[in-house]
Amino acid sequence: MAEGIKDKVAIIGMGCTRFGERWDAGSEDLMVEAFKEAIEDAGIEKKDLQAVWFGSCMDEVNVGKSATPLSLALKLPYLPVTRVENFCATGSEALRGAVYAVASGAYDICLALGSEKLKDTGYAGLPEFSHNLGTKNRLIFPNMTAPGGFAMLATRYFDKYGLSPDEGKEILAMVSAKSHKNGAGNPKAHLRKEVTVEQILKAPMVAWPLGLFDCCGVSDGAAAAIVCRADMAKNFRPDPVYVKSMQIALSSGEEMMYTDWDGTYVKSAVKCSARAYDEAGIKNPREEISMMEVHDCFSITELVTYEDLGISPRGKAGNDVRDGFFNLDGKIPCQPDGGLKCFGHPIGASGLRMMYEMYKQFQGKAGERQIEDPRFGLTHNMGGFPAMNLISVNIVGL
Amino acid sequence: MSGIVSYGAYIPKYRIDRKLIYKSMGWLNPATFMPGEKAVANYDEDSVTMAVAAGIDCLTEIDRTGVDAVFFATATSPYAERQGAEIIATALDCRSDIRTADITDTPKAGTTALLSAVDAVKAGSIKKAMVCAADMRVGKAGSAQEEIFGDGAAALLLGENDVVAEYAGAFSVSYDFVDHWRSAGDQFDQQWEDRFIRDAGYTRFIVEATEGLAKACGIQKTDMTQVIYPCLYAGDFKKIARTLGLSASQMITPLLGQVGYTGTADPLMHLVMALEEATPGDKIAVVGYGAGADAVLFEVTEEIEKIRGKQKGITGHLTAKRELKSYEKMAAFRNLLHTEKGIRGENVAFTAFSTLWKNRREVLGLVGSFCEACGTPQYPVQRVCVKPDCGAIDEMAPYRFSDRKGSLFTYTGDNLAFSPDPPAIYGFVDFEGGGRFWFDVTDVDLEEAKVGMPVEMSFRKKYVDEKFGIHGYFWKAVPAIRRIS
Repeated sequence: MAEGIKDKVAIIGMGCTRFGERWDAGSEDLMVEAFKEAIEDAGIEKKDLQAVWFGSCMDEVNVGKSATPLSLALKLPYLPVTRVENFCATGSEALRGAVYAVASGAYDICLALGSEKLKDTGYAGLPEFSHNLGTKNRLIFPNMTAPGGFAMLATRYFDKYGLSPDEGKEILAMVSAKSHKNGAGNPKAHLRKEVTVEQILKAPMVAWPLGLFDCCGVSDGAAAAIVCRADMAKNFRPDPVYVKSMQIALSSGEEMMYTDWDGTYVKSAVKCSARAYDEAGIKNPREEISMMEVHDCFSITELVTYEDLGISPRGKAGNDVRDGFFNLDGKIPCQPDGGLKCFGHPIGASGLRMMYEMYKQFQGKAGERQIEDPRFGLTHNMGGFPAMNLISVNIVGL
Repeated sequence: MSGIVSYGAYIPKYRIDRKLIYKSMGWLNPATFMPGEKAVANYDEDSVTMAVAAGIDCLTEIDRTGVDAVFFATATSPYAERQGAEIIATALDCRSDIRTADITDTPKAGTTALLSAVDAVKAGSIKKAMVCAADMRVGKAGSAQEEIFGDGAAALLLGENDVVAEYAGAFSVSYDFVDHWRSAGDQFDQQWEDRFIRDAGYTRFIVEATEGLAKACGIQKTDMTQVIYPCLYAGDFKKIARTLGLSASQMITPLLGQVGYTGTADPLMHLVMALEEATPGDKIAVVGYGAGADAVLFEVTEEIEKIRGKQKGITGHLTAKRELKSYEKMAAFRNLLHTEKGIRGENVAFTAFSTLWKNRREVLGLVGSFCEACGTPQYPVQRVCVKPDCGAIDEMAPYRFSDRKGSLFTYTGDNLAFSPDPPAIYGFVDFEGGGRFWFDVTDVDLEEAKVGMPVEMSFRKKYVDEKFGIHGYFWKAVPAIRRIS
């Protein structure tokens, strides 16, 4: 009988570069920067590592494919290094690989590192999608971008809950304004500027109904985690963070091709979070989760995710947003580090960056952003589009 | 009995007021002014896509497996090699054991294709033949052609049964009359002096062919209910009627002021227009002009009432229009202006023709799967049923979505994606009878789009890869156009 991974693995060291338009740094620089912080934080040396998972999504257009860019940059001594890619959940997938490897008993200490250098692709926004779809899908998929893919979620959400575009956009603007406030105080964040709801509403339209400030930053950055067997974690540090669950769920095609899905939520997020809560032993997420970093690639994604995670009732996330439920001083602070919105979104690094914030919060090292006495932290990572995606939901705690 | 079994037409939705063209370019050549408006193919349309649209209209409620030949008449095929008729036949989901041909090089090709189809049916080698004629001729900026040329298409299905207009005879004259020409590889027509065209060609060949037709059929010109011929010059259009001794009721009102002169499609579009109003017993002569002339006579039968109003036809498409308010937009659509595309527009993903070959029916024909275990239609083609509680493996039958109506499930207007006409609008279509997929949406303004908007599918150019000279085709959703009835 499978028994899952709860409390079998601990995080003992993490590193995260400053995210942003890092014209000063190449991918190798970012990898080394995140790695250096992580091993120093764990108090280990390179020779202590037994296996490595490297996450990069589009960085293959920059440093190339395979895991060799990492093994060469870090001069890993002929270690087993695996490259993973799963859209925007790539960073979480790298960590999941390392965590499951330790949980399996195959290794004691593993490294997960995610890196992305989007600003060397030449695009504002993500690189042209049609090249990455495969030779058949590029013939039949629409001429779409990430913001447009998620804008269609907002169109449905507004329609179903009877929100006029102005009413809907105002709720979304409050979601973004909250993240800007949090990100402004974070020295490693990409976009460190507070913006008002009014400014957000006046921003240029990117993909109707989403405007510029409904979209996250497109950034360079890297983040890393060192994980080990839970029973040896305190040999390294007094305050390790324990993995309660790491789940992923992928679309079955039903959303895109069958007509049952109403387009106002992300079906795999509901399935994935239910599995994660079950493994972590969480009965009532609204009461038990202390803080979250969710995949706010777009404001609408964050709003819908509140509901998909079972935190807000269906169609009512807007009420929680208005009540400040997800603000830094609210019941469940969400995006305390600024989120993808302001910390930025170097794809391969993002899942690990979310975990970095949870890790620092549990250790009481989040400075002005410190959340009092957290119990469970949740990260949520999403790749693809609402109609065709993969979701990663991870729960950590003490 | 051989003749026309069904008819259809297509006129692109965009219409431009000729005053707008003149306002922009009249300074160059003040004599170019023409009244009225003309139809302008959208940036994602060409002769092939318009021919498909007319073909679909013509095949409304008709079994497509019965089509044995597809002839494509055009002088503006997007490919010099890669047959347009084959693309059209695949898009129409015709059988593969059929005959196809492109008939081209002169605006007369429309009637010549019609005659080839009639002859094939009469010979008994083909039971049903489809003729699609379409043109999208481009005039240089500031030229008279830019004002005159309009874009459009017509389609006729010829056969032996259920004939709505019986073939009654034909007469052709062929001359190497070089009134205009376009060399291989050239973008624009060149032409000789207008007086020469009018006096030595236009006013002579149409008359010669029409008189020859009357003689060949053993009837008087006065027996002809209508005589259709293209209007290249308003004054000389009437002069031809005077020479032939036609009464006002025998003349058609040309679409020049609403659509423009549509080349190969022109006589067939006017024939469709005439058939829409025709009564049994009418004798309709249609004359195609260009390097000589073809004159063809049809006699309308009682069957005409049975198919009337099933098509959108000329009348339906004339009313479905959007005003093109910018001359520059038209010029950019036709590559008369080199516009900034940005990295997303320049960087076109390569086309794998081997992938297209494997999936040609699915991509060009919009044929998906129908699960015979649970009855769920699905697109694209699946081997494992998408219905969650079914999941049957390999129990699929082909299922065509191209002629299914649907509604817009959700949508967006994207300013980040490259589009020659931003924002790029796309969304999900839920099909009547089941099935959902995401498609580009075209011929619509973002402000008009609504959740639940009725849509239908239109064969369009999805991309142009200039580096490899590839026109890539797929289906887009468009707001549903109502039929005449």
